[in-house]
Amino acid sequence: MKPVTLWLTAGLILAALICASVLIGAASLFSGDVDGGLLIAVSRLPRTLAALLAGAGLALAGVVVQMAVQNRLVEPGLVGTPEAAMLGLLAVTLIAPGASMMVKMSVAAAAALVGTLCFMVLARHVPRRDPVLLPLVGLIYGGILGAAALWVAWTTDLVQYLGTWMSGEFSGVLAGRYELLWIVAVLAPLLYLAADRITLLGLGEDAARSLGLNYRQTLLAGLLLVAIITAAVVVTVGAIPFVGLVVPNIISRLRGDNLRRNLPLTAWLGASAVLACDILGRLIRWPYEIPAGTIFAVFGAGLFLWLLNAAPRRAHA
Amino acid sequence: MIRIANLTVMRGTKPVLTDLSLRFGHGGITALIGPNGAGKSTLLHAIAGLLPATAGQVEVEGRDVARIRPEERARLVALLMQSDRVTARLTVEDLVSFGRWTYHKGRPTARDREVIAEALSQFDLEGLASRQIDSLSGGQRQRAFVAMAWAQETPWLLLDEPLAALDPRHVRDLMERLHGMSRPGEGQRSIIIVMHDLPAAARYADRIIAMKDGQIVTTGPRQLKMTGAVLSDLFETGLDVVQVGGGDTVVPA
Repeated sequence: MKPVTLWLTAGLILAALICASVLIGAASLFSGDVDGGLLIAVSRLPRTLAALLAGAGLALAGVVVQMAVQNRLVEPGLVGTPEAAMLGLLAVTLIAPGASMMVKMSVAAAAALVGTLCFMVLARHVPRRDPVLLPLVGLIYGGILGAAALWVAWTTDLVQYLGTWMSGEFSGVLAGRYELLWIVAVLAPLLYLAADRITLLGLGEDAARSLGLNYRQTLLAGLLLVAIITAAVVVTVGAIPFVGLVVPNIISRLRGDNLRRNLPLTAWLGASAVLACDILGRLIRWPYEIPAGTIFAVFGAGLFLWLLNAAPRRAHA
Repeated sequence: MIRIANLTVMRGTKPVLTDLSLRFGHGGITALIGPNGAGKSTLLHAIAGLLPATAGQVEVEGRDVARIRPEERARLVALLMQSDRVTARLTVEDLVSFGRWTYHKGRPTARDREVIAEALSQFDLEGLASRQIDSLSGGQRQRAFVAMAWAQETPWLLLDEPLAALDPRHVRDLMERLHGMSRPGEGQRSIIIVMHDLPAAARYADRIIAMKDGQIVTTGPRQLKMTGAVLSDLFETGLDVVQVGGGDTVVPA
């Protein structure tokens, strides 16, 4: 497909999804019971934007993690990043309950970075021959961090909070309560500037360094972006699994991994897919809702299984 | 010039290279030969500045390789490593373009494009330029990675078993090209190759370095040092160097 056609199609799909998202909900915009303009400004538009930003951010974070560990079958949610962020959030909630959202997110991001770096250390000792091994190790590692978070939450009566961080959904998004997610819009262009460097990470440490990349610095910066994005998503709407896994794999399969060319497309697909899942979640049991994270997990799990089977061994090794 | 002084490299607690000293002058092909586990690959990585020295020092063109900034080092020394496990899916052309990354940082100039095109034609890759590297055969992929290292336009070109996946025609093509670019003239490269293909070493190398157990057994001009006695001792099996059709080759003794 020519770039113009591609972007035109992508733009049209996005526009259609945004329109649908603004129009669809429990209350009708045109019944006259509610002020339609106010409803859009306070609820529908913030919700739409939150889904787009979270989706784009998670997809981009997924690409970075996959390149950083050189494995196609991982994403932040499979290397313990959100669980570490939750531990950080619990800590700050216990120590300084009155802290602002920004402070809470910063602590969560710091914890997420530490958690992810620990996984990187762990990953060095995992044999690379079978690519399925690394996500399994990550799953166990994330499980341990998650269990620790649950234990802390139980003993301190914070389980309810943990529940909202763990299951991503957008029904609670209102103007004034999601704006932290705009950090994705700030970080995405930075990531795009570093697109070549992230691609180089995917060639492996030795190759990247011999081609002139400052490997450690790039890796750390990349994982810092991942940690911040994940923390912002967990704090505002809750973790949405599989987005960072599935979206980059689809783009890679269709278009390869030259990120300078593909990062915008990855962000677009992440944003569109999460918004589509949110819309679907509003429609299936109307006027009740199913969390977008749950819908995505259903599709995501299916696609994950397909990836495991369909991917040529060499491509994700 | 590359000067290695009393280099020791440890992996964990095990020394892989012990107190090794060497000099490489400009030009020509140097073949690093020796049995598996001799430390050849480690030596190549140490010269490229990718492995920290436990003791001693590696100097490339008078500069300590451990202290050169990565983007500068990538213009001095290019290392081709064994490439069978790469996650990123790139086209051959994009891969070769990454060989120029240290120059263009993502914005290739006309000069960069020229070198990329030249690399593709040098290594017989023009027909494969838009193919994804994971769709190539082992030999084609190997050539793509050699082209990438070549495109770095470094005075020093280090190749770790570049012949591994190649068929005889491409072994000859590649070695002839490397031989050509290592002769005196504009853009001359100094080439160091780890190779197990002894007949190819006998035919194309100017110098040999024979290694065993992390140490140098012998080093010098190929004609003098690559003898049946040296090889048999090195590989612990009977080998002989014989003349065939005006060139040397290695046969079992």
